Amino acid sequence: MTPKRKQRLLMVCLMLSGVGVAVAFGVNAFKQNIMLFHSPSDVAAGAVEPGTPFRVGGMVIDGSVNRSSETLAVSFGLTDHAENITVSFEGILPDLFREGQGIVAMGSIDDQGTFNATEVLAKHDENYMPPEVAEALEKAGKMPGTAANYGSKTVQP
Amino acid sequence: MYRFAERLAPWLAILCVLTLAAGLYLGLVVAPADYEQGDSYRIIYIHVPAAWMSMFVYMVMATSSAVFLIWRLKIADIVAVASAPIGAAFTAVALLTGSFWGKPMWGTWWIWDARLTSELLLLFLYLGYLALRGALESPQSASKAAAILAIVGVVNIPIIHFSVEWWNTLHQPASITKFDKPSMHISMLRPLLLMVLAFQLLYFHNLMVRVRALILQRENRASWVAELAEKNHV
Repeated sequence: MTPKRKQRLLMVCLMLSGVGVAVAFGVNAFKQNIMLFHSPSDVAAGAVEPGTPFRVGGMVIDGSVNRSSETLAVSFGLTDHAENITVSFEGILPDLFREGQGIVAMGSIDDQGTFNATEVLAKHDENYMPPEVAEALEKAGKMPGTAANYGSKTVQP
Repeated sequence: MYRFAERLAPWLAILCVLTLAAGLYLGLVVAPADYEQGDSYRIIYIHVPAAWMSMFVYMVMATSSAVFLIWRLKIADIVAVASAPIGAAFTAVALLTGSFWGKPMWGTWWIWDARLTSELLLLFLYLGYLALRGALESPQSASKAAAILAIVGVVNIPIIHFSVEWWNTLHQPASITKFDKPSMHISMLRPLLLMVLAFQLLYFHNLMVRVRALILQRENRASWVAELAEKNHV
């Protein structure tokens, strides 16, 4: 390698590491804003003021879904297997919404600690399988859980 | 290089059509429906290969840009230019198919989570690369400036890849990872891997065709190009 090429190689490496470090600092500074949602544990720890809009993510607690018989109002419990939060919502839920399923809701908490959602999105997990396999796994009690996805990346205020 | 591309292209085309046909048939007809999503999950056979290729093509583009900057190899520059529109197309397909899936499954076409946003940024990097090239008059400075942009943009690739692990996102984490058992049933996984191979072949075929055209364009004053044109009565 000629000295000129060596110099150019060094320049490219310097440029890459410089930009890399700058982006790493930038991304780290915006960490809280890049997180799409807070976990119920964050909310319990007081990460968000009542009244400020934010997203909360977690699993819908089994047997907690309460549907109103006359309106589209629905309320359910959300958990990250450490803390719970009650979510109330009025509107159409996505197809994948069901008990035990992960969801992300947009809204704010009121003074009673209830989360009033304006939008509920289903969070699908990374598991794909045919129905027969899912049935067999369920019978054996080996259904892959998604609990680990929640709360593992929590941001402390 | 011209001859090499000329010879390789038809073989890549044949292989690509074969794997594409097999992958689509196995994925859309033979593979079972998903236990939760039913048939909607089948868009994965386009979405995942396109998303992987969008990153792979960018890596090729950035690497050849670096080679061009350091060694001033003309062919490396040509490979980078030829790759950019193909990569942009893969990125657009990944974003669109993801959006089509997101509406019924998540309940939204678009959300500004880390994965979706960084993939959109990748599309803008491709488009910016092409625009920068088009904007500068002198081919030399255009090549150099665009190569630097391609190398700077490479920091986005690990961000896209790890976005689902570093941050809370709506996008699900990877189903197929190097070190772990794939969280996808084998009957669904096989067609997916076939589709990934088909998309790779599609890229290399396109690359060969575009590289040939670009070589002819740049060497239009060389004697061998004139001879070739004469032979083909152009």
